[in-house]
Amino acid sequence: MGDSYPEGVYIVGLGQVPVGEHWQRSLRDLAVDAMHAAMADAGVNDVDALLVGNMLAPTLSEQQHLGALVADWSGFRGVEGATIEAACASGGMALRQGFIAVRSGIHRMVVVLGVEKMTDSVNGCTAAGLAMAADGDYEAAVGLSFVAINALLMRRYMHEHGATREDFAAFAANAHRNAAGNPCAMFPRPIDVDTYLNAPIIADPINLMDSSPVADGAAALVLVDAQTATRLGKKAVRISGSAVGTDSLSLHERRSLLELDGVCLSARRALGMAGKRPDEVDFVELHDAFTIMAVLSLEASGFAEYGEGFRLGRAGEVSRAGRIPICTMGGLKARGHPVGATGVYQAVEAALQLRGEAGDCQLAGAKVGMTQNIGGSGATVVTHILEAV
Amino acid sequence: MALQLPRDWRLRVERYQLVGARCARCGRFHFPSRPVCLQCGGQDLEPYRFKGRGEVYSHVTMYKAPAGFEQDIPYVVALVKLDEGPLVTAQITDVEPGDVQVGLPVEVVVRQWRQHGKDGPIVYGYKFRPRLIAR
Repeated sequence: MGDSYPEGVYIVGLGQVPVGEHWQRSLRDLAVDAMHAAMADAGVNDVDALLVGNMLAPTLSEQQHLGALVADWSGFRGVEGATIEAACASGGMALRQGFIAVRSGIHRMVVVLGVEKMTDSVNGCTAAGLAMAADGDYEAAVGLSFVAINALLMRRYMHEHGATREDFAAFAANAHRNAAGNPCAMFPRPIDVDTYLNAPIIADPINLMDSSPVADGAAALVLVDAQTATRLGKKAVRISGSAVGTDSLSLHERRSLLELDGVCLSARRALGMAGKRPDEVDFVELHDAFTIMAVLSLEASGFAEYGEGFRLGRAGEVSRAGRIPICTMGGLKARGHPVGATGVYQAVEAALQLRGEAGDCQLAGAKVGMTQNIGGSGATVVTHILEAV
Repeated sequence: MALQLPRDWRLRVERYQLVGARCARCGRFHFPSRPVCLQCGGQDLEPYRFKGRGEVYSHVTMYKAPAGFEQDIPYVVALVKLDEGPLVTAQITDVEPGDVQVGLPVEVVVRQWRQHGKDGPIVYGYKFRPRLIAR
């Protein structure tokens, strides 16, 4: 590569550990593995700063202060490090902060890491920890779980728009079909509609197959400026859009229950920054923590009209061969949802697609990808636009 | 959710009396009260005691409860649309889960939310029940 890259922020390295139940491995083990993999991929052996996206370590592992911890354990004691928290959007927010750090010129090379260890607590702490993404005084205090918050959205959506269980089944089936070629996916196998329809109810109307699984995982990215990307001469992916939108933590204080304003703001800002329209996006790694969130995200991001997004599943429009492929390597539903790491997994997968290294999951001719990571039921939304260089 | 007596004490008025706020400038109702009006940006919000009537906007039946709520399974949590406009998240009580539907008219009552251990303090607050008489 003789030409130099234009000004901007580039992903030059990526690493991920398989999502799953890692009983033998600790939070710091997973973090170090992902970080070393990303740095090896980039061919670098130093770093200016480390940003760690994580949500639940304070509750489930009784550990905060992950920036310094991971810097030390990965062999980079002394390097600047910090934890970034934005509930389930912590990973995406770490990427956002890494982008800002490099774009500002303060740092030339930043490692963005997402890590979550969800299986160390076995007594219901995990559900209580996840509920902290909602409004503690007015949602969790009355006995609402995080799953139930999504059930309130799904119930109202079905009531207003006439969507059926089969409509939602199509989104779960798509995620599982796409995970089949992903060696890092937790559930790399297809499911059929009957599997979905017969799945046990968790919080009516949400069943097990509407829901992404609790999992351990870690993923990492190396971000650099244009000059460093040029010097390294690696296959780089450009971050052309990066934005955050917010909304109320609670559902009951939203402008509109089913129109996610945080998603709309975040997507519009990121697309605007990249100079792209929704129809110029080749695929979306979106936040299908529950099938209803996939539907609401598609609508608020501009890929479907409000009240129409549920039709995209059964119509095949979100499949890898469809108009707007989503969750091309399994999404949260089938790759798994290690919450604070998820936003980084999404970016790793999008970068693999754009580098043409997605293996059996590869999309033909993918040039522009969107990743969207949502905290809570839409209170923090981080959207990135990634482009092949 | 851990025992936090100061918090429960601080929130007692809104929990026992369903007190939120009304914006003195534009008249918009809020539950809970907040520092800045969502509609006009005004910062003069006056306490307002809601009439406590509304209807179910959406609902969910809980079969797996967060820690502290296990004794109530199965129970219904709903978004209740109050007659004054705001939504509030609350349990629906005095009803079989299968009888709750979107649009069900409800009214506020004060009930036990949870107890912290067998001999611990009991937390009370608003719940809603199917409306008994048309008023």
